[in-house]
Amino acid sequence: MIRLSVNGKTHEVDAEPGTPLLWVLREQIGLTGTKYGCGVAQCGACTVHVDGAAVRSCAMPASAAAGKRITTIEGLASGKVLHKVQKAWVDHDVPQCGYCQAGMIMAVAALLRDKPKPTDADIDATITNICRCGTFQQVREAIHAAARA
Amino acid sequence: MTAMPRINRRAFIVGTAAVGGGLALGLRFPFGPEVVRAADGSPEINAWVVIRPDDTVVIRVARSEMGQGTITGLAQLVSEELECNWSKVVYEYPTPGANLKRKRVWGDFSTGGSRGIRMSHSYVRQGGAAARMMLVQAAANQWNVAASECSAANSVITHQASGRTVAYGRVAEAAAKLPAPDPKSIKLKDPKDWKIAGKPVKRLDTADKVTGKQVYGFDLKLPGMLNAAIMECPVFGGKVKSFDAAKAESMPGVKKVLQVGDTAVAVVADTWWRAKTALDAVSIAWDEGENAKVSSASIAAILKAGLDAPQAFVGNQNGDAKGALEGAAKKVEAVYAYPYQNHVCMEPMNATARYTPDKCEVWVPTQDGEASFAALLTASGLPADKCEVYKINLGGGFGRRGAFQDYVTQAVRIAREMPGTPVKLLWSREEDMRQGRFHPVMQCKLTGGLDADGNLTGLHVRLSGQSILAAVRPAIVEKAKGSDPLSFQGLATSGEHAFGYGVPNLLIDHAMRNPHVPPGFWRGVNINQNCIFMECFMDELAEAAGQDALEFRRKLMAKYPRNLGVLEAVAERIGWGKPAPKGVFRGLAQMKAFNSYVAAAAELSVEGGNKVKIRRIVGATDPGYAVNPAQIDRQVAGSFVYGLSALFFQECTVKGGRIEQENFTTYNSMRIAQMPKVESIVMPTGGTVWGGVGEPTICVAAPAVLNALYRATGKRIRSVPLKNHGIQLV
Repeated sequence: MIRLSVNGKTHEVDAEPGTPLLWVLREQIGLTGTKYGCGVAQCGACTVHVDGAAVRSCAMPASAAAGKRITTIEGLASGKVLHKVQKAWVDHDVPQCGYCQAGMIMAVAALLRDKPKPTDADIDATITNICRCGTFQQVREAIHAAARA
Repeated sequence: MTAMPRINRRAFIVGTAAVGGGLALGLRFPFGPEVVRAADGSPEINAWVVIRPDDTVVIRVARSEMGQGTITGLAQLVSEELECNWSKVVYEYPTPGANLKRKRVWGDFSTGGSRGIRMSHSYVRQGGAAARMMLVQAAANQWNVAASECSAANSVITHQASGRTVAYGRVAEAAAKLPAPDPKSIKLKDPKDWKIAGKPVKRLDTADKVTGKQVYGFDLKLPGMLNAAIMECPVFGGKVKSFDAAKAESMPGVKKVLQVGDTAVAVVADTWWRAKTALDAVSIAWDEGENAKVSSASIAAILKAGLDAPQAFVGNQNGDAKGALEGAAKKVEAVYAYPYQNHVCMEPMNATARYTPDKCEVWVPTQDGEASFAALLTASGLPADKCEVYKINLGGGFGRRGAFQDYVTQAVRIAREMPGTPVKLLWSREEDMRQGRFHPVMQCKLTGGLDADGNLTGLHVRLSGQSILAAVRPAIVEKAKGSDPLSFQGLATSGEHAFGYGVPNLLIDHAMRNPHVPPGFWRGVNINQNCIFMECFMDELAEAAGQDALEFRRKLMAKYPRNLGVLEAVAERIGWGKPAPKGVFRGLAQMKAFNSYVAAAAELSVEGGNKVKIRRIVGATDPGYAVNPAQIDRQVAGSFVYGLSALFFQECTVKGGRIEQENFTTYNSMRIAQMPKVESIVMPTGGTVWGGVGEPTICVAAPAVLNALYRATGKRIRSVPLKNHGIQLV
C-alpha cells in the first residue's frame, strides 16, 4: 500500500513497486487530466506538482511521492476560481487539441511560483514541454499575461 | 481521401430505440407531426440545429475536432445564418450510425485534406438558414402575420409592425413541426454582411481543456472496463509465429493474453500499466518475412534508380522540356530527398470497444467516424444496425486517425474475445512510433534550362518514391492507369494543388517506387516535399540566372496573381529587397495547396556555422474566405511548428524492415525556445472556391528557411532532416 496525498486528499493505493505516479494517478485514483505522452520524461504531458515543484510523473515511481504533497491539474484551481495560468489560457485561447495543455499549465504554474515575472529566456529554459499542435506562440503570450495578473 | 463504408443500406431498419451519443432516432416525415428529439427531449429544428427551451442552441458538427478549430468555425457558419445568440451556442457530434440511418443527412464525416470547412460551408449554412426560416415561420403563425413581416436576430424574432418579440426557445417546438423550406428559397448571406462568421471569436471547446476535465479517448472510463496493451509485428508484413504467455499470465491484474489477428499480441488487465508491464514479459517470436532485409539504404538505392528510369507517370506537361533543356545556354541540376516521418500525435492511438452478439460499440478519437464504423463492421461481423461509433475529440490527428483505423480493428477483435466487457486499447508511444502510417519517402531530380538572358526555358521535375494512394486507395490509382494524382500536389496542371508558375517547356513526372513501409496522409501530405523541391530549386535557378529570387519568380507568375499576391505580401512584410540586419538572412517560398494560396518568408541567423536561430517567419494565406481569422493565425503558427520540427529533427529510418525511432528521444519535436516569432497575414480574396487552412502553410516554412540558410552559409542542403547535416535549431 502506498499513501498518497493528492489535491489535499489522502489515497491508499495498491500498486507494484516501480509503477509510475502517472499511472497511479490516472488508473487507481481516477485523475485522468494528467496525460501520458512518452513515458520517458521527454514531453511533459504528465507534469504534476510534487511539493510544489514541477515533476514528470511518468518517470517518478508512485512510492517516491509517498508522504509528499501532490497537485494535479484537477487540483490547480481554487474551487471554481481558475488559477491565473488557467485563466490566461482561456483568455488567450491557447489550447488546440489540448492534450498536452494540462502538463503545460502545470509546468507554467510552477515557473510562475519560482519566478513571478519570467523573462522570455526564463520561459525558454524552463518550459520544455512538447506540443505537436504548436501552440507555443499563444503559450508565451499567456505566460506573460498570467505574470501580469 | 475516403470512401463511404460499404454497407448494405437495406439492412437498416429504422427503430425507435435511442442509439446513445446524444441523438434520438427517427425520420422527418414531410407532412407528419413527427418531431425528432435530442436525447434531452429538445426539439430538432433540422439535422443541424436543436434548440432547448432555455434558448441554448445545439449545433451538430459532423467533422472531427483535433485542435484545428473546426467545431468553432462550422458553428460560426451555422450561427451566422441561424441569427442566433452566439453566447448560447454549444455543439454535439452526430454518430456515424445515425448518419447512415438518416441517409447521410450530415454528409461526410471525414476530417482531413483541410476539408472541414471548405467542403461543407454551403450545406451547413443552408442548414442554419433553413432552421431560421422555420423559427420565423412558427412565430409568424403564432401571431397570424406573414413571415416576411418578421425578422430574426440574436435568437429573437421580431414582428416589426407590432413590435412583438419571441425567443427561439419559445417557438422551437412549433418550428420543429413545420416542413423544411424549399432549398431553392434559401438565400445565404453575402460574406461581407457576416457578424459571427469571419470574426475572431473564441473557440467553443477551451474550458475543459484547461482544467483536465476534457475526456480524451485515452481517458475513457466505462463500468467494468479492462485495459489492453498491444504489440504488432514491428516488421511491416510480418506475423506472429508463436508466443509464450506463461509468465505474463501470472502477473498481477492480468486477465488474458491473446493473439490479435495474424500480426499482434495483446495483454488485457485491470489497469493499462499492468497490461503493458505484462506485455513486456510475453516472449513473442515473429515471422518477419522478406521485408526484414529492407533498410533505409536499400530503399534509397531503389528511389535513386527511379530518378533516371525511363518509365514515369506524367503529372504536368507542356511544350518540350527535354528539347529545351538540350538547347539551354545554361543547365542547372539538383537532387533532393525527403524521409519517412511519423505523425506522433500527442495522444497515442487508442480505441475502446464493447462487444456482445447483439451490439458492438466503439468509442474512438477519429478523423472519420464513418471509416471507424466501417472498420467496426468488418471486425465485429455484425450488421450495421447492431453497431455504433461514438466520436471523441482527438489529442491530435494530423492524418493518422482518418483513413487508418487499425486500432479500431484491434480493439474490436480483442473485445470479441471477452463479450460484454468493455476493453480500452491504448498504444504505448513506442507502439505508436513503430506502427505509423508514414509520410512517404521521396527523392527528386530537378533540371532547369536558362537562356542567355537568364530566362527559364525548360524544367524537368522527376519525382521518385512512394505513392500513398497505391497503398491506401488503390482504386484511384487503378482508375488513373497506375498513376497517383496526389503525388503531384502543388505541381499539378490544375485543381486545388495547381502548379504556380508558367514555364514554357515543362515536364513533371513520377517514377513510383513503393517500399514495404506503410505510407499515410501526414499533415500537408505531398506538398511537404514538393514545396521544398520546387521552391529551393527556384532559388537555385535564380542564383544561376544571377537574379533576385523574388524577381525571378515574379517573371513566371504573370498568370498566377493569387500565388503572386501572397508571395508579395510576405516579401513586403519581411522587408525583401531592403538590407537585413547584420548577420540576418532571408528566404521565400510559395505554393497553392488545398485551394488556398500560401507563402512564407523567414529571417534567420547562424552561429558557429551550424546553430540556426529562426528570428521571424511571416506566413500569408489566401483561403478565399476566412471564417475565423484568429484560428487561422493559430493554424499557421502551429503548421510552422509541425513543418519545422520535421525539417530540423525528424526522420524514421528503417533497419531490419522496421522503424528504428521509438520515442521523442530519437525523434525530437520543437520546444518553445526554438519557436520563431510567427506573423500571420490572412488575406482572403473571395471567389467561388473556398480554400483550406489546417495544412497549406505547413509546406512553405521549410523551403523559406532552407533558402535563408543557404544565404547564411553558402551551402545548399538538399535532404531532410537538418540534424543529419549537423545543424541544430536554437
